[in-house]
Order: sequence, then C-alpha cells, then structure tokens
Amino acid sequence: MALLTRSATITTGETEKSRRSPANWLRSGGLSAIVFALPLVLTFLYFSWGPIVRGLVLSFQKNNLVTTPEWVGMANFSYVLTDPQLPQATINTLYFALLALVFGFPVPLFLAVFISELRKTGWLYNVISYLPAVVPPVVAILLWKYFYDPGSGVFNAILGWFGLGPYAWLNSPHLAMPAIVLEATWAGAGATSIIYLAALTGVRNELYEAAELDGAGIWRRVWHVTIPQIRGIILIMMLLQLIGTFQVFTEPFLFTGGGPDNATTTILLLIYRYAFINGDFGAATALSVLLALVLCLLSVVYHFLTRRWSTT
Amino acid sequence: MTAEAQERGIISAMDRRRPLVQYGLPVIQVLLFIGVVIAGVGPLLWLVKSGLSTSQDIIRGPMELWPSGIQWHNVPDAWTQVQIGSYLGNTAIIAIGSLLSTLFVCTTGAFVLSVLRPRWGPLITGAVLATLFLPGVISLVPLYLTILKMPVFGWNLQNTFWAVWLPQAAGAFNILVMKRYFDAIPRELIEAARIDGASNLRLFTALIVPMSKPIIGVVALLTVIGSWKDYLWPLLVLPDPKLQPISVALPRVAKTTDLSLQMSALFLAVLIPVVLFLIFQKQFLRGVGMSGGIKE
Repeated sequence: MALLTRSATITTGETEKSRRSPANWLRSGGLSAIVFALPLVLTFLYFSWGPIVRGLVLSFQKNNLVTTPEWVGMANFSYVLTDPQLPQATINTLYFALLALVFGFPVPLFLAVFISELRKTGWLYNVISYLPAVVPPVVAILLWKYFYDPGSGVFNAILGWFGLGPYAWLNSPHLAMPAIVLEATWAGAGATSIIYLAALTGVRNELYEAAELDGAGIWRRVWHVTIPQIRGIILIMMLLQLIGTFQVFTEPFLFTGGGPDNATTTILLLIYRYAFINGDFGAATALSVLLALVLCLLSVVYHFLTRRWSTT
Repeated sequence: MTAEAQERGIISAMDRRRPLVQYGLPVIQVLLFIGVVIAGVGPLLWLVKSGLSTSQDIIRGPMELWPSGIQWHNVPDAWTQVQIGSYLGNTAIIAIGSLLSTLFVCTTGAFVLSVLRPRWGPLITGAVLATLFLPGVISLVPLYLTILKMPVFGWNLQNTFWAVWLPQAAGAFNILVMKRYFDAIPRELIEAARIDGASNLRLFTALIVPMSKPIIGVVALLTVIGSWKDYLWPLLVLPDPKLQPISVALPRVAKTTDLSLQMSALFLAVLIPVVLFLIFQKQFLRGVGMSGGIKE
C-alpha cells in the first residue's frame, strides 16, 4: 500500500508540471471528462437550469403561445396578487399544511418509536403500515373518493352503525379539506415512519440505560433520550413535509377539483388553471415564482429558528 | 443490527416485570396491530371485495359481502374493456425509461464530479446543488413549454415518452447522493487502476459502477417508485390516451365506466405494486429507510 500511494503522488506531481499543454490535457483524459459530463450538463441545461431561468423571464412576459411574447414588467405579478381567488387559495394551502402537520406528523413518529421496541414482530407492523404507500396515489384517491361518497360510501356506512352521520364529506366546505388530509396522511405515514425507524436504529442503547439508572420512566426516556437523538431527521422531515404540502396538487385536483365553493383550491391548483385552462403562462409562472420565493424564505427562516435547537 | 444492540430498547427487562407494563404493553400492541391492519389492509380488502361485486351491491351495501354472489368475470372484463393491460404496459415503459435515463445521467455525472474532478467540476456541483434548494413548482410551466418546443432543436416532445424520461434524469438529489457514495471509494483503488493503464471509460465500467451497486439499487428503486406515482407531469405531456400510464388513465376512464368495473380496474392497478412490495419487502424498506439517512 505504501508503494501504491508513493507512485500515486509521483503521477500527480507529473501532471501538475505539464498541466498547461493541450496535448497532455487530452492524454490525461480531459476530453473524456467532458464527454462524461455531457449527459448531466445537457439534461440540466434543458430540464433544470434552463426552465428555472426561463420561468423567471416568463413571469415578466405576456405569453399565451399564440402571439409573440411581449414584456409587460410587473403586470403579471400585480394581476396574480390582486386576483380575488388568491387569498382563498393561500388560506386553503396554509390550512392544508397545518392539518397535514397536526395529523401527519405525530402518527408516523409514534408508530416508529413503538415498532422499534418490538423485537420479533416489528417487521410485520412495518410491512403492513407501509402497504398504503405502495398503492399508487391516483388509485388511492379514486378509492377514497368512493369511501367518502355521501350516499353509499364506506365511512358513512361504518359511522351509521354507531348512529352517526351521514356526513357530506367532500361535498361539504368544512369537511372537504380535513377529508383530503386524512387520505394524504394515510398514504404518507408508512413511508415517513420507515425513515424515522432507520434513524432510530442509530440511537445508542447506553443512553437508555443511563437514563434508567437516573430514575427516568419510560415516557421520560422517550421524551428526553429518543426524540433528541433523532431530532435532526425530525426537523428535516418536517421541513420537507411543509415544502411538499405547500405544493399539493394531485389530491385536491382529483378529489374535488378545488370545490366545493373553492374550499379546497390550493395555490398549485390556481397555477394549473392559469396555465392550462386560461393559457396565461405569464401569470402562472409569476405565481410559481412567488410561491418558490415564499418557500425559500420559509426554509431559511426555519433553518435559523431550528439551528440552535438542533446543535445543542 | 447486531444481537447485542437488540438486547434492550427504551423499555428494559426490569420495566417488563412491572405489572402495568407486563399487561399494558401487549394490550397496546394488539390494539395498535388492529389499527395498523384496518388502515393498511382494510382498504385493499374492501377493494378486492368491491372489485368482485355487482355495481348495485357496492352501492346498496358497501360493507356487505357479496349479497348477489361473487362476480369473477369483473376482472377479465376490466382487463379488456378498460384496457388496463396497455396502460400498465405504458406505466412500465415510463418507469423503465426513467430508470435508465436517471441512472445513466447520475452515474456518469457523479463519475466526473467525484472521480475525474476536472477544474470546472466544483462549478457544476454548485449549480446542481443550487437546484436542490429551489422548489419544483418554479419550473413546472417553463418545463412544459420546453417540451412543446425544445430550444435549439425545435423538437416537440409532447406525446413521446422522452417527455417523461428526460426531465426525470435532471434530479439533483440522485446526482449528489451518487457523488457522495463515489467520494467514499478509496482514492488508492482508483490510482491503482490508473497505473494498471485503465482508461476513464474502463475505470467507470469496471471499477466504479460495480463498487456502487447498493446505491445504484437505492436510486433505481426510488426512481421507479417516483415515476409510478407521478400524475401531473404525464397528464400534461401525454394527452394521447394510447400513451398514458395507468395513473393518468384511471381518473379519465373512471368517469365513463361502470362502478364495479372501475373497482376491478383499481384492484388490478394495485395488484402489481403490492405483490412486488411483498416479495421484495426487505430491499424496499431498507431502500426507503436509506433515503431518509441521505436526506439528513
């Protein structure tokens, strides 16, 4: 091994000396580096960097794909910001994010902590609770849409056994959003719990032993040992969930199409309508840019707010 | 995990002797198990039941078991009338194509950034990293316009599978994960291969890729799951019903199909991922768990 590293330093020393000559650059594989980089650079130019720049440009243009694009300054932004639907969509999106946090955050965490305590049967809980995540989201939504059916749905049938209901679920402006979040939580809990579970295997058992010797009960051990040990991943998952819920589309689109009475119209639904129903691509990108800005700001604020907590 | 690590968790052997824990724990365990089964298996069992019922039975008694008998013919009917087979085929083509393009781009890209390390490498790494922090919504509309008319070439990729395959490959997360894995390969091995006269291509195919099978597996799994679940993007770029994957086709077909056939179709759409999951559950759960570790 010593010989190996020595020869390695010799070769790098040589290239250092003759780096400038183009012939050497070719011989040492400079060209093949470019060839290897081409797929990445091209796909990113076309499908990542390009569209991001183009989005910024588009938001200042009037573009409907028919007439030639023209610069309109801030007109798209002022149009989007004064759209009477925007406050409702913002409130709905925030409401969805809040509900998703309240329903969807504790369930997988509790599940993961509990499963990690089960030695022999833990995997079974794992497999079963991950099953909903395997169901393609569209299939799950179509299935749940029928569960929520006010006349002959499964939920009203079950609640009927206890003399409750019938409820209008997706047809009710008050229940529609919680109903959508319930399905989203059902679909997402298994995958999140697996990620927590993987993090929990890294918790050192000596800490539990020490806490127990200090007289900490089971709940205090969970609260003071388990949770702090995995707080890094908890914080990340929380932020990713927030960013995801702010961009929710499929669930409200397929469940209610934004109804009833716009009670489930989210920002992304609004962007979809601007672009693909009204054909106003300028307004759609302007709203996208605004949402992206808010999300970036949210990430930065979140990072600073939680930094102290995650490093101590 | 080793046997020693399994010896104790939060609850110790001493706790287990306390009556509250001794009897309380199994009760919670059973209750939770019932909860998990109802949530995880219940909807799927209901789907099986409804898929084999008449529409009237589903509407009249959503929780009754086949009052007018089991309708086995629903499944072949759904297969032929709803054309589930061809939509599943499209889904598979989309998933496999996305998988290949993603793996090709992220292994070659990570190889350059991690192993070849040209002077302009950090610039690309930085530009890739930057896109990770930008939410996807910002590029949705311009990406759609790019597909309608590719800059420079002027091609229209709408209604071709390339429209789904190619954008999938421009994922920063996969490239950075792959790069980080390549970074951990000892440099001595790479230098030794160089001294043996291996070209960059040979270095890539004979050393780096074989050594990175675990991470390639994880990226492949996550890509396939992602493309299987995708809805909005294929909805936008594949308006032709003949090319649509099952996720896009089902909501469209659902509006015009009989309820019982609709349920059979949903059942068929769930069957393959569930069976694949049950067969490969260990790899599946490990891969998904690893994705969390990577995010951290």
